[in-house]
Amino acid sequence: MKIVVCIKQVPDVADVRIDPETNTLIREGVPSIVNPFDMYAVEEAIRLKERFGGEVKLLTMGPPQAEAALRELLSLGADDAVLVSDRTFAGSDTLATSYTLAMAIRKIGDVDLVLCGKQAIDGDTAQVGPGIAENLHWGFAAYVRKIEEIGDGVMRLERLMDDGYDLLRIPLPAVITVVKEINEPRLPSLKGKMKAKKLEIPVWNAEEIGADPERLGLSGSPTKVSKIFTPEFRRKGEILQGEAEAQVDRLVSEIERLNIV
Amino acid sequence: MAIIVCREKCTGCGICVEQCPFGAIEIVDETAVILDACTLCGACVEVCEFAALEMEEGEPVAPAVDLSAYRGVWVFAEQRKGKISTVVQELLNEGRKLADRLDTHLSAVLLGHDISNRASWLIAHGADRVYVFDDPILADFNGDAYATVLADLIEKEKPEIVLTGATAIGRSFIPRVAARIGTGLTADCTGLDVDPEKRELLQTRPAFGGNILATILCPNHRPQMATVRHKVFKPAPEEAGRKGEVIPVVMNGTVAGLQGEVVKTVEEIEDTVNITEADIIVSGGRGVGSKENFAVIEGLAKVLGGAVGASRGAVDAEWISYSHQVGQTGKTVCPKLYIACGISGAVQHLAGMQSSDVIVAINKDPEAPIFQAATYGIVGDLFEVVPMMTRAFQKKI
Repeated sequence: MKIVVCIKQVPDVADVRIDPETNTLIREGVPSIVNPFDMYAVEEAIRLKERFGGEVKLLTMGPPQAEAALRELLSLGADDAVLVSDRTFAGSDTLATSYTLAMAIRKIGDVDLVLCGKQAIDGDTAQVGPGIAENLHWGFAAYVRKIEEIGDGVMRLERLMDDGYDLLRIPLPAVITVVKEINEPRLPSLKGKMKAKKLEIPVWNAEEIGADPERLGLSGSPTKVSKIFTPEFRRKGEILQGEAEAQVDRLVSEIERLNIV
Repeated sequence: MAIIVCREKCTGCGICVEQCPFGAIEIVDETAVILDACTLCGACVEVCEFAALEMEEGEPVAPAVDLSAYRGVWVFAEQRKGKISTVVQELLNEGRKLADRLDTHLSAVLLGHDISNRASWLIAHGADRVYVFDDPILADFNGDAYATVLADLIEKEKPEIVLTGATAIGRSFIPRVAARIGTGLTADCTGLDVDPEKRELLQTRPAFGGNILATILCPNHRPQMATVRHKVFKPAPEEAGRKGEVIPVVMNGTVAGLQGEVVKTVEEIEDTVNITEADIIVSGGRGVGSKENFAVIEGLAKVLGGAVGASRGAVDAEWISYSHQVGQTGKTVCPKLYIACGISGAVQHLAGMQSSDVIVAINKDPEAPIFQAATYGIVGDLFEVVPMMTRAFQKKI
């Protein structure tokens, strides 16, 4: 089975802070990390390879420095990786990104399964996975928490829903996005790290993936950011005083006053 | 289009570097340089005190479609087992306002099986028209069939705005619809507004883990599509006797080329699991200490008729299942009341609950960051405070 895992290098949003004086984002010194959800996708791909044989290829679209993210994940046991990088990709929204990644997957060829994390923590859109499936005209499932069985060109899996879960059958080739419940990612091995260091990572540009320039970057992106602002973060909260009993009394009457309960 | 830096005016002060949410500006030789990561959001243009940054508009981009051919606001009437999702009532309320400001109609799209009788409910809550596609193939949520039917209907009827709940169902299949049509989609919006002159939908959503808000436009493509978070808008009031039109949807042939099927659906019987729809959530974190101790959290939730939430720490320790997890790697919630018990309040947790109306924090550590997000804070032992609250509410309710 040939598996492609789409991953993204993101700023560690947990380290992003707001400057209280200017009310703006402090990005200085914010490290780049592998999108945490992608760790589960990579782990699942490696487990599928262990179960069914085949190969695991990592794919990312990003600036040249995104190579670091690929190397980090290669050390976990993926076979190889591709970086898709071109200045014309700048300003891509989820539609242009899904198209670009789908074109790269076409170029890779003979892919049975594409795995993605459920969303990337910088944008939190969860739209690129389904977008890739649509561009490829493949089967799709989001929020996968368990892959039960793969065989005869069909996979059975569990999809997390708001009120429980669904048991699904989808034909291969397919794209799925996974939630963290699906597995517990392993740590890299020393051998894996050595291998990852040496591996050559090809870089494909827009022309090499055969992409239509009109569908890339800003020109291929219907959505435009018109304004960015910082939400009012801090509440003028109140720490209740007195003995526990007095605090609870006060709290209960406040909640009653607000007519919530 | 591009951001142009005027070298004569730029002093290299670096205010724009601080302001840029995408880290796309650098100061080189005391002059700002715009990097590839720029998304043309314009935040730097506004903040520059020396007017050294300018948005070069370039050639006006021609609309991808004839924008005037698209009219009307649509709401996707998500249902599961015949029950309309609560977010739909909220979308009808907001959709009605947008439609009125644009002087156009509001329609609901209802897909499923044996659901035709729900159309009158949608009309009573603000829809002028209800498109109904009733077919056994849609008895369960089949993303491929849903996408096919909705994309086909949109291409035929040409609405200008399509709103869907940011639910597991909405966020699974709507991106496929948008990609198929080739239009823009904004995920998980927490604010909507409209420019009646340009007929543009202003879609506001959190990004960077809720650290910033961005307003997104879709100027040259139609429809303008958005998924909208639960509980952001008030539910539409019911208007008895309201008239509307029910339009059965006819597909050309069958919903062919279906990719996959639902074998079975399992509702998790833990009655407090659907935290995204809950008005009240009582959440436990590491401070709860064990699986058994979650009974304290459940006790308060039960008395309040609320749901049980959890921090990542509690879920990772396997005291409670992942479907209860609130925060960036779990679910985003905005109940009217959120009670955080023994949760320190890591940024990732705050990102998932800070838009709640009222936040109560109970924690031993007075320095815990959760208190900065809280409306009311109690510094104390949750095992003393929470049962006390349970008893107090028991008496009142």
